[in-house]
Amino acid sequence: MLRIIGYPDRYSVAPGETIAFKLSVEEGDGFDARLVRVVHGDCNPEGPGLKFVHVPSAVDGRHPGGRQRIDAGSFMVVDGMPALAKGAFTFFAMIWPTRPTVADQTMLAQWDPQRQAGIRIALSDGGRLSVTLGDGAGAVATVAANRPMLERQWYSLRVAIDPARRRVLLDQRPLQPYAQTADAGSFSGVAAALPGAVDGPVYLAGSPEADGSVGRHFDGKIDGPMLLAGIYPAEEHHALLRDPPDAAIIARWDFAQEIPGTSAVDTGPGGHHGRLVHLPARGMKGWNWTGEEHSWTRKPEHYGAIHFHSDDLYDAGWETSVALTIPADLRSGPYALHVSCGESDETATREDYLAFFVRPPRSSAQRKNRPPVLLLAPTCSYMAYANHAEHITARLAERQMGRLLTFGHADLWMYDHPEVCASLYDSHIDGSGICYSSRLRPNLNMSPRYHSWLGGHGSGLYQYNADTHLFDWLDHRGVDYDVITDEDLHEEGIELLKDYRVVITGTHPEYHSTPMWDAMKAWIDGGGRLMYMGGNGWYWRIAFHRELPGVIEVRRAEDGIRTWAAEPGEYHHSFTGEYGGIWRRIGRAPNVICGVGFIAQGFDVSSYYRRGPDADNPRAAFIFEGVRDEIIGDFGLIGGGAAGIELDCITTSLGSPPNMLRLASSEAHSPMMLLVNEEFGVVPPNLGGDQNERVRADLAFGETPAGGALFATASIAWCGSLSHNNYENNVSRLTWNVLKRFIDPTPFAV
Amino acid sequence: MVYKIEAQADRQYIEEFRRKPIGVHSPGLQRLLNILRHDPGGSQVILVCRRPFAEWVLGHMPPNRADPIQIEDGPVFTSREEAEWEVFRRRWRAHTGEDINLPFRD
Repeated sequence: MLRIIGYPDRYSVAPGETIAFKLSVEEGDGFDARLVRVVHGDCNPEGPGLKFVHVPSAVDGRHPGGRQRIDAGSFMVVDGMPALAKGAFTFFAMIWPTRPTVADQTMLAQWDPQRQAGIRIALSDGGRLSVTLGDGAGAVATVAANRPMLERQWYSLRVAIDPARRRVLLDQRPLQPYAQTADAGSFSGVAAALPGAVDGPVYLAGSPEADGSVGRHFDGKIDGPMLLAGIYPAEEHHALLRDPPDAAIIARWDFAQEIPGTSAVDTGPGGHHGRLVHLPARGMKGWNWTGEEHSWTRKPEHYGAIHFHSDDLYDAGWETSVALTIPADLRSGPYALHVSCGESDETATREDYLAFFVRPPRSSAQRKNRPPVLLLAPTCSYMAYANHAEHITARLAERQMGRLLTFGHADLWMYDHPEVCASLYDSHIDGSGICYSSRLRPNLNMSPRYHSWLGGHGSGLYQYNADTHLFDWLDHRGVDYDVITDEDLHEEGIELLKDYRVVITGTHPEYHSTPMWDAMKAWIDGGGRLMYMGGNGWYWRIAFHRELPGVIEVRRAEDGIRTWAAEPGEYHHSFTGEYGGIWRRIGRAPNVICGVGFIAQGFDVSSYYRRGPDADNPRAAFIFEGVRDEIIGDFGLIGGGAAGIELDCITTSLGSPPNMLRLASSEAHSPMMLLVNEEFGVVPPNLGGDQNERVRADLAFGETPAGGALFATASIAWCGSLSHNNYENNVSRLTWNVLKRFIDPTPFAV
Repeated sequence: MVYKIEAQADRQYIEEFRRKPIGVHSPGLQRLLNILRHDPGGSQVILVCRRPFAEWVLGHMPPNRADPIQIEDGPVFTSREEAEWEVFRRRWRAHTGEDINLPFRD
């Protein structure tokens, strides 16, 4: 189990800027901290071992600390609302419950938890519409409809309350009735308590608790919530949606407006706009969606639903435990705050490394004399995989890995703390896919020393910690380089790449926004030299939020390796309106950027490359200088070979430039190395690498028309082989040959 | 109809697994493992790492996440392959009723 966890308030920080670290210390009342440069985060005894370089700084030493908690669950809050209990009113809404049998899920609340006063409209008792009234003097009463609702069905709700008479009228009407199914429900009667007037906020999909948190969340969609003064019959719901009596409107929220933002627009005269907290899913199909239009930008009135989840989380909101202003002379690179609260043992880990990157100065005027090499840290992919929990939630994972699922102390902590929220690969507790991921929360698997259940037999590394194999090799070779993150590239575009001759990627740069894609393509077209050091890159399109920093969105649309699938009609990003999914289906296959594209994945063991048909091409002579071996990379820390985990190959019809050289191709893959979905229409019987000739990684090189070049390793496992035999091996030599030539300003022949 | 493990037919794969618990397997062993690695009750055997690259024990993840993971005190394994062998033997017994009285290494 972990005893200390935390997160930085940013993944990228420039000299002179301050980075804040938020920590929860679960043992004791303080922690020790020190700044380290991260070189190698893999403690596999078969490799070079852990390497961190202490950088003396102002944070060195002991700091006070304590336990901090996460209050997950999305909701809407509306300040400045009148006390509903002061007069008769009716609440209308369309809802689509996704966990109706879970008790006490709030639709709407104006509730004082200290006094137990106010009104709470909820699902309770197996999915029945209910109302709880509290008078603030000790009397609390709940009444409920007589039948439960069904999961994932739309219902028209009507709740009418006349406080003076304690009279309550409840109606839940299915929009799609079914034979032999009794899910319509109602109640008409008197409650045993009067609602006390509460001059406080109105909440939707959550209710304030006595401890200051917001709880009793609703899982499911809410569309068109409306509060009217007076008592209205249930059968008038549809007519009132079209033409509500203006004078009676207390609030009428239209979730089809401002979909990319965090406000819920009240179209009524009171202007009681709501604030959406923890990013419930927007751009969601509403009760009236017909399928005639699949984009919310073209028919927003069909996308009036918000999907709330009891496990949504945008910002953990922890207090800052320690902050560091980056010295002006600190070299750009990968760093971490090393924190500890005691000695680790077999029952608990009492240290953590909170990873971040120091980028070059933000002002272009200050970016003078940069090194020629830039490492693009794939932080969007780190965010996409944040707290990846399929080993906890997916029962197919052991079969897929071909071995037992390993749980370290971080994984055990993750199991016990679902409120930290999972990754874009996971599903919410109600089964809907997680489409937003934020970095403002502990990201347990973006850390040196984290060994993944997913990362190949051997070191078991994936994403951030696998990338430390590359950091280590660059350090060993004495390469002077800068680092920027995906988020930097998204925000600043090609201006940030222009200073560099060579861009090196991480091992799995999978997620890219449109501005990131455009910037990289423009830089390549302008003569840049790209060293793509991994596999399955430029795969998913993502979007950033326009208001909130540090959060990305994916829609698992249409095709690709999908651990969940977006609902039909929900393929467009709510953040931007763009059509989501894999770039290949959008018409920009990865091959267009890096010369190769995704072909196969398998997580058990890796294999090797054999020299390919173009290895002896004079254009590739510089790459093979000093490398005469027929077999390349039959060793390594990730699955025992350089070709593994996820593989790419040259496919000209998808956009691989016709001049790409196939330097080497992998072979002899495991039956568990499987052809990816988007490569076939009819499922073939020979998906595995032992039977399918297309399952291979192509080590590739090609010049670009502006004198630049592309080099692709086409395998996530490649960097795990760099340190073999004290860095003296053919993978390391090949990579070094490429980097040396790419640094040389001499243009490549066109 | 999903393949049903038969001790007489599948016994031939035991030694193959013992020799190489993790890696490329024959189609017959792969089929056996695909069946063994599925618990229709929703439980999941896991490998709990107590000390990286040094000490592992088995754990049991229940179907409902609200319930705690049960971690065994022992046996303590010094390699992942050793743990794979122990789990294989337990699953073989559960499916066939037979014990495999072979150590991981002779």
